[in-house]
Amino acid sequence: MELIFFYIFATLAVVTALGVVVFKNPISSAFSLVISFFAIAALYAMLSAHFIAVIQILVYAGAIMVLFIFVIMLLNLQKEELTERRASFLFKGTLVLFLGLFLGVLVLILKPLSSGFGIVDPNFGTVKAVGQILFTEYWFPFEYVSILLVVALIGGVVLAKKDL
Amino acid sequence: MVTLNHYLILSAILFSIGIAGLVVRRNVLIIFMSVELLLNAANVAFLAFAREQNSLEGQVAAFFVIAVAAAEAAVGLAIVIAIFRNRGTVKVDELNLMKN
Repeated sequence: MELIFFYIFATLAVVTALGVVVFKNPISSAFSLVISFFAIAALYAMLSAHFIAVIQILVYAGAIMVLFIFVIMLLNLQKEELTERRASFLFKGTLVLFLGLFLGVLVLILKPLSSGFGIVDPNFGTVKAVGQILFTEYWFPFEYVSILLVVALIGGVVLAKKDL
Repeated sequence: MVTLNHYLILSAILFSIGIAGLVVRRNVLIIFMSVELLLNAANVAFLAFAREQNSLEGQVAAFFVIAVAAAEAAVGLAIVIAIFRNRGTVKVDELNLMKN
């Protein structure tokens, strides 16, 4: 049962991720990426990372992708056309890349690392459990991230200003 | 039964698709989307290992990855807008000011 759901969501994630690279229209790519994020969030939930799954949908599929679509519409982009010479060169490069990947995957299949996940604590990955470790052991990186977000906020406003 | 291998292979496939997008596409926005794909592939691996090791530290790492991705997207898209305003294009081929 779990395996069936894994394959459904993994296939959806991979196919829509390929769509991001293949689609000519940037808007199609953006929506394809949103579906991919939802499928990956489902996989996070299957890994009992409930909090991260919710964050994935809220922050990635919600905030970041809305920002992307806003910018695409703001810039009013045209469809992209690949030139012949570059296309063949890039096709070869991509082919080599995927060949290397499939060799790696083959090695992983022939030499399994583990046999299934063990029993998990029911509280594993809940907001309470993640929050507890975040605010005790990892409080400094957490505060540091808030500074990073403020810097990104100011940087975004300054860079997008009219008279740069 | 779903094993760690399944998730690692999925992570590798997503990562290579992201790299392919990074190399093949000429549009800065699609390149940004490919970077988000790479970060997600890393997160899949983080969470799979967290589940395998029964440790929450992988989930904390994934949380920070998402936070940094949000900051990166905000600054990156602001830079894209600034470039488009000054040069009138978002094709990386045509942004060769430093080359000449």
